[in-house]
Amino acid sequence: MSAGIDSITAAATTPRGYGPMRRKEDARFLRGKGHYLDDIRLPGMLHGAILRSPYAHAWITAIDTSAAEAHPKVHAVITGETLAGLGLAWMPTLSHDVQAVLATDKVRFQGQEVAFVVAEDRYAARDALGLIDVEYEPLTPVVDARKSLDPDAPLIRDDITGRTDNHIFDWEAGDAAATDEVFARADVVSSCDMVYPRTHPAPMETCGSIASMDPVTGKLTVYTTTQAPHAHRTVYALVAGLPEHKIQIISPDIGGGFGNKVGIYPGYVCAVVGSIVTGAPVKWVEDRSENLMSTSFARDYHMHGEIAATKDGTILGVRVKVLADHGAFNGTAQPSKMPAGLFHVFTGSYDLQAAHCAVTGVYTNKAPGGVAYACSFRITEAVYLIERLVDVLATDQGWDPAELRMNNLIRAEQFPYTTATGWEYDSGDYPQTLRLALQMVGYEELRREQAARRAAFERGEASELMGIGLSFFTEAVGAGPRKHMDILGLGMADGAELRVHPTGKAVLRLSCKSQGQGHETTFAQIVAEELGISPDDIEVVQGDTDQTPFGLGTYGSRSTPVSGAAAAVVARKVRERARIVAAAMLEVSPADLEWSKGSFHVKGDPSASKAMAEIAMAAHSDLELPEGVEGHLDATCVYNPPNLTYPCGGYVCVVDVDPGTGQVKVRRFVAVDDCGVRINPMVVEGQVHGGLADGIGMALMEVMAFDTDGNHLGASFMDYLLPTAVECPSWELGETVTPSPHHPIGAKGVGESATVGSPPAVVNAVLDAIGVRHADMPLTPAQVWRAMQGRPLRTDLAIG
Amino acid sequence: MQITVTVNGAERTVEVEPRLLLVHLLRDHLGLTGTHWGCDTSNCGTCVVWFDGTPVKSCTVLAAMADGHEVRTVEDLATADGLDPIQQAFSDHHGLQCGFCTPGMLMTGRWLLDRNPDPSEQEIREAISGQVCRCTGYQNIVRSVRAAAELSQVKGARA
Amino acid sequence: MQVPAQFEYARATSVAHAIDLLRRHGPESRLVAGGHSLIPMMKLRIANPETLIDINDLAELTRIGLDSGLLRIGALVRHAELLDSAVVGEHFAIFRDAERVIADPIVRNWGTVGGSLCQADPSEDLSAAFSAVRAIAVIQGADGERTVPVREFHTGPYQTVVGAAEILTELRVPIRPGGGSAYTKVERRAGDWAVAAAGAVLWLDGNTVSDVGIGLTAVGAAHFAAEEAEDFLRGRPATEESFAAAGRIAAAHCNPVADQRGPVDYKRHLAGELTTRALRRAAARAAGAAVETEGA
Ligand SMILES: Cc1cc2nc3c(=O)[nH]c(=O)nc-3n(C[C@H](O)[C@H](O)[C@H](O)COP(=O)(O)OP(=O)(O)OC[C@H]3O[C@@H](n4cnc5c(N)ncnc54)[C@H](O)[C@@H]3O)c2cc1C
Ligand code: FES
Ligand code: FES
Repeated sequence: MSAGIDSITAAATTPRGYGPMRRKEDARFLRGKGHYLDDIRLPGMLHGAILRSPYAHAWITAIDTSAAEAHPKVHAVITGETLAGLGLAWMPTLSHDVQAVLATDKVRFQGQEVAFVVAEDRYAARDALGLIDVEYEPLTPVVDARKSLDPDAPLIRDDITGRTDNHIFDWEAGDAAATDEVFARADVVSSCDMVYPRTHPAPMETCGSIASMDPVTGKLTVYTTTQAPHAHRTVYALVAGLPEHKIQIISPDIGGGFGNKVGIYPGYVCAVVGSIVTGAPVKWVEDRSENLMSTSFARDYHMHGEIAATKDGTILGVRVKVLADHGAFNGTAQPSKMPAGLFHVFTGSYDLQAAHCAVTGVYTNKAPGGVAYACSFRITEAVYLIERLVDVLATDQGWDPAELRMNNLIRAEQFPYTTATGWEYDSGDYPQTLRLALQMVGYEELRREQAARRAAFERGEASELMGIGLSFFTEAVGAGPRKHMDILGLGMADGAELRVHPTGKAVLRLSCKSQGQGHETTFAQIVAEELGISPDDIEVVQGDTDQTPFGLGTYGSRSTPVSGAAAAVVARKVRERARIVAAAMLEVSPADLEWSKGSFHVKGDPSASKAMAEIAMAAHSDLELPEGVEGHLDATCVYNPPNLTYPCGGYVCVVDVDPGTGQVKVRRFVAVDDCGVRINPMVVEGQVHGGLADGIGMALMEVMAFDTDGNHLGASFMDYLLPTAVECPSWELGETVTPSPHHPIGAKGVGESATVGSPPAVVNAVLDAIGVRHADMPLTPAQVWRAMQGRPLRTDLAIG
Repeated sequence: MQITVTVNGAERTVEVEPRLLLVHLLRDHLGLTGTHWGCDTSNCGTCVVWFDGTPVKSCTVLAAMADGHEVRTVEDLATADGLDPIQQAFSDHHGLQCGFCTPGMLMTGRWLLDRNPDPSEQEIREAISGQVCRCTGYQNIVRSVRAAAELSQVKGARA
Repeated sequence: MQVPAQFEYARATSVAHAIDLLRRHGPESRLVAGGHSLIPMMKLRIANPETLIDINDLAELTRIGLDSGLLRIGALVRHAELLDSAVVGEHFAIFRDAERVIADPIVRNWGTVGGSLCQADPSEDLSAAFSAVRAIAVIQGADGERTVPVREFHTGPYQTVVGAAEILTELRVPIRPGGGSAYTKVERRAGDWAVAAAGAVLWLDGNTVSDVGIGLTAVGAAHFAAEEAEDFLRGRPATEESFAAAGRIAAAHCNPVADQRGPVDYKRHLAGELTTRALRRAAARAAGAAVETEGA
């Protein structure tokens, strides 16, 4: 166990494998020598800008581009009509729907792409947007998801023949009858309506792309901010009918992704068309408003949850109905067969007898998307739902929320555990993890302090209330297996290639792509651990489809569970080849060799040994090589995960609330994570820290609300608030380690754990402080005050 | 119009439009892409540089305003002798992940330490409160600035 | 990133030169000080001036000083300078309190006092602080200088009495002994504009309030002031009951509008609650207590 606010520091020397280590990528970032998309300038490059709809729902009756075209610095103006001529006005989404690249008929959300200008510099491109004249005929928008299925609701998707309403899908999981039966015999049932409002990943770097079509060779090079370069290449081939071997996607340094940089956006396609039309490279980088208004949002789940229990506090079952707002085009990025992603892990970390959920997806006049933002395919919503429901049950019954959780957690001996909705959790010791969190925070003592504070407050001697909030989450990460999970028919597996040069230095090529998590370091450490060479001697290549093997990329905390496994497996393949070569060098049989600390030696004779560098040289030398090795040690592999991995964590948040103003101060946050084996504990901690700040953001300030006209009310960082250093406490981290039994190195992934686990802890703490059963996020000062008045706000709509 | 700005100690004379923002002068005209941008509303702080020795948001300053003045960017922190203590501390304590906010954080951190060599955790948090980091949850940034203070003090004591 | 439309740029070398430039370039010209209100609006193309007249070289406007019973603050004083000024802190803690929570430290390095007042944003903090202390604005034009009480300075949202070819040069705050002042603000997050904020300055005669000034921002208070509450308090005992009653009066007389920072009832509640709190802190300071400035 490690605990306390003193985080891990890089070791003074580089470890030979796992352990805290300074990141290799830091050297360039610290000197201002990172290489992000907008840093790239190609010779003759032009700049694109997008004209967007001011209306949420309107017919386009006319577009006049003549004045813009006459601008001396403008090279091209592209409209939906231009694209229609090329068959590119619409593109497929990641959810088997289509999305307008540039609107041809009507606009369906505020900020939708209407025209694309290509000019000599970004200032001129922006000026030219002002010269385009678009005539709109406004229509009534559908803003409130709850009214989207009303019989008189305006039809949004009249582009799809035969469509008469805004319904996208109905989907269910679990056993409805068994769940009803459990509810019928339960002693107590609590229910709650809750909204997980629309939020945005908002990485500090916005999305962008530079397309360069070589008119002579027909090769298209696209530099783009993508977490999934290979998937992008295939999609461009399918969408634009371009030959896939002539497409190269290069994802440079990424300034944060969090799911925002998975999909293909209309601007990217416009840049490609712009380059084809002008014969020059075209850069398009969205500004912040464009980022917040039009690229992948997350959540927007309206949930009704019920929880059933016995009177002695055994939770029996959970029943859920969800209305999912997917915006104007169903563009959510999740496994094809699961329109609500992995939401059916909503049974959480508890041993339930039955559970059922029914999810209905609807169109509204809002931006498309729906899954992005460090959520592991809707697990954020699922964890929020169950962790709020457990607290509501505890409140209704006067039970202690820690005790209620402890009594119902799945026990260590129950693993592998099959949930009521069919997931097979791989490993964990949940009670131990929660116990550690409670111990670190000093739960009993805090409850005493709280009681004393409340009494003092009632006597008028204290001006603040305090609250303690818990959450316990189970994450499900590392998608596939490919037979269950695909995106647009591409199975969710990842590749790795490992070359060992004659001098024993290695190059690892990966299909996944770092968005800042430090892959160059941690993946080198994985290989280092397997081959016994220094991570400094291993170069990690990623992000360039011409240089790396195919794979689905980085999201859903997939990197370590899938690509990390691929890196370990490919290194083991190299090691086995090295064994054969070493055997030839030592003139023994491969079976007589033993591997330890980076070299093979003859069993029983440690002095007869060959280190990896010597073996590598021999593999390239004139040594007569035995059967099984043609000439070098290099290997490739594709890793198709046998199951998801299931990290978990127990979180406790302590807040102080000023009831006179509704202001919340997060005093402490204890997070105990179990993500299996930790490769670089320093990096793991960093991942958790970032996710915890996300939790503060979503619980207390982040929201994209819309007014009745469909205007986006969070379209800049002035209105879409991200937490600063002042709102974040010093995180207190702890760990338990239960390795994943089916993962080659026992690692489970941690990228999204804290984002998933922390929001309910913060919300539970604030509501605990003010003694309110439920109020929706974000708990802004206004919302807290209103909740105390018994009149909480509807946070997804404009405040009236 | 023609402007002359001293950037990282060297005079640079450039022909610019009056509307050019300082951040674009640095990035697009002078090739100093270490300074980033991340918003339209002066909220994110990824663009922080020093203007006559004081940190400013370079997205909200005109290049024309810098005519005759001095600008210092992240590229000027490291010297031939190596990294500035604040850069070293960010590396040792994992004060950065994607690196996008980092140049701004470094410039503010360096400035804070120059004025207040021994800042408290709360003072550090307030000093960077106009700068958003989406990756680190700030704790390791705060620790890095603290560590840089200690590193500098050790160095100072030896000198 | 969004970028401004084209404009001409001129640098003023003196106040007289600035006025001359304004006259020559006509009504579509604008002064730019820190630019931290104007440039964001120009990027969004809400403001599209034809000429910008840069006044950053006017050293004559950068002074803070005491002069025959007046605290004089130049229009080009940066927020950070006001925050750090010992003489300001000694006489008017309200400014130190306010500046700690205006924008963020980097914006404060560049935004100016004059720009804040002239921007006349209905949520501007300094407008309320200067209104509370009944400052006097000094405005210069081609025909010379005139003074206007800050409570008559703003003529509406984003509107002031400063004419097209005039420049705000200074703010003067009369100093009277025996006072205490404070500013308190609710924001959704550090660096955000106020949901509501209140500033108070108060003079005590024994335990009686001999004079008082209350400033309010973001709640639609006329002239950024709570005059009815001031009238009520003058001559009353400086007690918790009086301050609470003053808060209720301030709340009743303001006129907030709903936005994403909060609904009307909540903002009205805050107007009262924060008025009471500011008065409480100001009174404690007037009575000689050391009251810490609250951080962001
Ligand atoms: C991210 C951010 C957060 C902010 N948060 C807050 C906050 O919480 N509270 C708050 O009160 N403010 C806040 N502000 C506003 C900030 O305080 C103002 O931008 C700043 O003080 C305005 O001053 P300036 O010098 O930048 O003005 P400028 O932008 O240069 O000018 C503003 C206006 O005033 C005019 N003007 C400037 N100086 C003069 C003069 N001497 N005479 C006549 N006219 C003049 C200009 O022509 C222009 O119309 C925030 C700003 C930003 C960017
Ligand atoms: S770019 Fe965001 S503050 Fe400058
Ligand atoms: S390190 Fe990514 S934004 Fe700070």
